[in-house]
Amino acid sequence: MTAGIDLGQPQVQAIRSDEDVVRVRQLVRTAAVAAKLSLVDQTKVVTAASELARNTLVYGGGGSVEVATVDNGLRRGVRIVFADSGPGIADLELAFTDGYTTGSGLGLGLSGARRLVDEFAIDTGADRGTRVTVVKWAR
Amino acid sequence: MERVPILKIGDILLVSIQVDMSDQTALQLQEDLAERIVATGSHGVIIDITALDIVDSFVGRMLSTIASISKVLDAETVVVGMRPAVAITLVELGLSLNGIRTALNVERGMELIAAARADDLGHSDGVDDAGDTDVETTASP
Repeated sequence: MTAGIDLGQPQVQAIRSDEDVVRVRQLVRTAAVAAKLSLVDQTKVVTAASELARNTLVYGGGGSVEVATVDNGLRRGVRIVFADSGPGIADLELAFTDGYTTGSGLGLGLSGARRLVDEFAIDTGADRGTRVTVVKWAR
Repeated sequence: MERVPILKIGDILLVSIQVDMSDQTALQLQEDLAERIVATGSHGVIIDITALDIVDSFVGRMLSTIASISKVLDAETVVVGMRPAVAITLVELGLSLNGIRTALNVERGMELIAAARADDLGHSDGVDDAGDTDVETTASP
């Protein structure tokens, strides 16, 4: 994951309900505008955040998100970290397969979100829940 | 929880989504629409998403489900007003919006529904007269 300098305090938001997922979208939208992402890139990162926030809620049993505007010296971007202390993801390869789901969704959340961002890292385990970090850079 | 209003315009139900919907709001809209289609006997549903700045997999699935439900209830669904950035993102996300008809705006959506209705009724004489009177004429022995 490319190290970037945080610009300002990261915004933290709990993800405990449907309405929180809406709030996450709004937070990410604001950060994406601040980082001067193009309209298409704003749309992509907000969509990715919506998918990942829903995963945190539905599969992780709730958790939190941290949204930051970052700068790597060349470009500005948005970094979003989703964390939950749920059961973790047992088979990552399977979880990233388009159409695979253990729930009632379309199975596009994780794989789709990864396609929509520039950087994607995941740390998961039964003992530590799941932590997903994504970054979208301005072009 | 917010609720999305459903307007009846002639034979068509018009839904213009103006809020950032929570998943519950989206599910509620699905139910409300099914009930209104039956209650009004509408043959067309237009969902205007001009104001939506994203469509994620949940909303995408809701749109597909609404299209399937209305099909079973003898109504055609057209999604109109998708923003270019939303279309680009949807494709990259991998969502195909199966079974959903789309049109650029409400006006074209209405034309599409009228045309689909005329086809269903086996008419070839234009789209303007695919109204209720024709249904009754053809249905009587």
